[in-house]
Amino acid sequence: MVEMGMSKIITTNKKMKINIKEKLWYFFIYLSALFTLIALLSIIGYILMNGAKHIHWEFFVKEPSSMGREGGIFSIIVGTLYLTLVSIVIATPIGVAGAIYLTEYAKENRLVRIIRFGTETLAGIPSIIFGLFGFVFFVVFLGFRWSILSGGLTLAMMILPTLLRATEESLKTVPQSYREGSLALGATKWQTIMKVVLPSSVSGILTGLILGIGRAVGETAAVMLTAGSSLGLPKSIMDPARTMSVHLYLLASEGLSKEKTFATATVLVIFVVIINCFANILANKYMKKTKVES
Amino acid sequence: MKKYEKTIEIVLLISATVATLSVFLITFFIFKEGLPLLLDYGITNFVFGKDWAPTNGKYGAFPMIAGSVSVTVGALVIGVPAGIACAIFLAEIAPKSVVKFLKPAVELLAGIPSVVYGFFGLSVFVPMIRNYILPMVQKWNPNAYTSGYSILGGSMILAIMILPTIINISENSIRAVPIEYKQGSLALGASRFETIAKVILPAAKSGVVASVVLGMGRAVGETMAVILITGNMPKVPGNVLDSVATLTGTIAMEMGYATPTHQKALFAMGIVLFVFIMLLNMMATCTKRKLGGE
Repeated sequence: MVEMGMSKIITTNKKMKINIKEKLWYFFIYLSALFTLIALLSIIGYILMNGAKHIHWEFFVKEPSSMGREGGIFSIIVGTLYLTLVSIVIATPIGVAGAIYLTEYAKENRLVRIIRFGTETLAGIPSIIFGLFGFVFFVVFLGFRWSILSGGLTLAMMILPTLLRATEESLKTVPQSYREGSLALGATKWQTIMKVVLPSSVSGILTGLILGIGRAVGETAAVMLTAGSSLGLPKSIMDPARTMSVHLYLLASEGLSKEKTFATATVLVIFVVIINCFANILANKYMKKTKVES
Repeated sequence: MKKYEKTIEIVLLISATVATLSVFLITFFIFKEGLPLLLDYGITNFVFGKDWAPTNGKYGAFPMIAGSVSVTVGALVIGVPAGIACAIFLAEIAPKSVVKFLKPAVELLAGIPSVVYGFFGLSVFVPMIRNYILPMVQKWNPNAYTSGYSILGGSMILAIMILPTIINISENSIRAVPIEYKQGSLALGASRFETIAKVILPAAKSGVVASVVLGMGRAVGETMAVILITGNMPKVPGNVLDSVATLTGTIAMEMGYATPTHQKALFAMGIVLFVFIMLLNMMATCTKRKLGGE
């Protein structure tokens, strides 16, 4: 009788201990989720709060002067757009074509495994290594110097895996019956791809494209080593350019002007938020679509 | 017609191999530039040499290696528990309505350019460490000193930056655990928490481990955030309040003004970084495969 009572006390004690331990763990889990959210909000909030008041129309249309201490970021916006455009114009056709090969043509053989491994590896290479490579290959070896072309080619390599993967994913969601229907009507494989498969995976490809743009705009280290950091307005693809991220880095590291630094950071953050919203909306759209169809 | 289709297939195949070819090209050029100096100077001298004085022909990269490792370890200590806990929250605990806005928040966290993180760390963490954390430390160690540019600051910002990698991959692998495991555990009378800790997490181990390894790769390879926060002092650190230079930071800072031999030394540093990242990526792939993965 006494023994039984003792064991009962012990088990309730143990249970209470477990309960407290569990509660602590839950607390930690909730705290971590909260931490993630707070980290995001405080970074964005801090930059917007300090930067928004320094953004006027003039900031966008004026050329920077005295190393960026004065004036706006007009030539920097032009340089960023130019560089991003060049990189997606190069990377998109290659990425989409590669994804088409992998989903529509490839059989699971050694070559395909190597291709997949290579793509995965490329995605894991840090940007500074891309910068070193772009510098020695495009800038020096091919003689493109510090230019939008060198930077664009380097960035194209960096966003290629993103594009390829996003396109592949969206091609996979196109129902097999679409292809069969088209082939049964007498279309060739290529006609089927161009007229049936690709049109129904456009939103997925766009998502990849948008994510690629986001990465290209945010990239700093690789761009600095390949496109230079000249403040002038780029006139041709062979001119050097300074992108917004590089501008932000140089302003921040040299402590040139607090308000211009915050203003540039704000423009960059707003741009990234918009890009992400777009990507999210698009991704939801094609997720819904495939759900209905499958 | 047949020939036309065949040509297209070949063009697509070539596009698919571009990423893999890029990896080869990058590897070749980085090694071609850096390997001669690495061999001339001696790999052990380079990796374990403590003097980095390029103007005097001294290329000991140990301080940078120590810097990169210490910042990465710090980031993992803070980021891994928080990341895994947040992944558990998203996959197992959070109601759908919370997931709906926490998930895009994590994605946005991944989309913020690293230079913005760096700028945030520079203007928030660095002064915070100098003005608040240092006096606290000085209470029991009066000799402590820091400029604020430190391992601690770098680790804090890197921890936030690797959160999305850890959360996304861990969450996916937790979600991939078959529901029967969970049902079985609950049916045996285990609490929800016991089920998570003793059934779901062990089953999702491979993905969680892979996420940590990939997060580590991201931390080691990160450049712009670290360069603005760690102070770039090429000496072996003694404690977390010391300034350090990292491999990535040194390459990015010194590439702009380096003499030809100095440049070769930076490429040699690139090789060290490259090999390290490749090993990490392979480890991530292997753990996924070995432990059964998704």
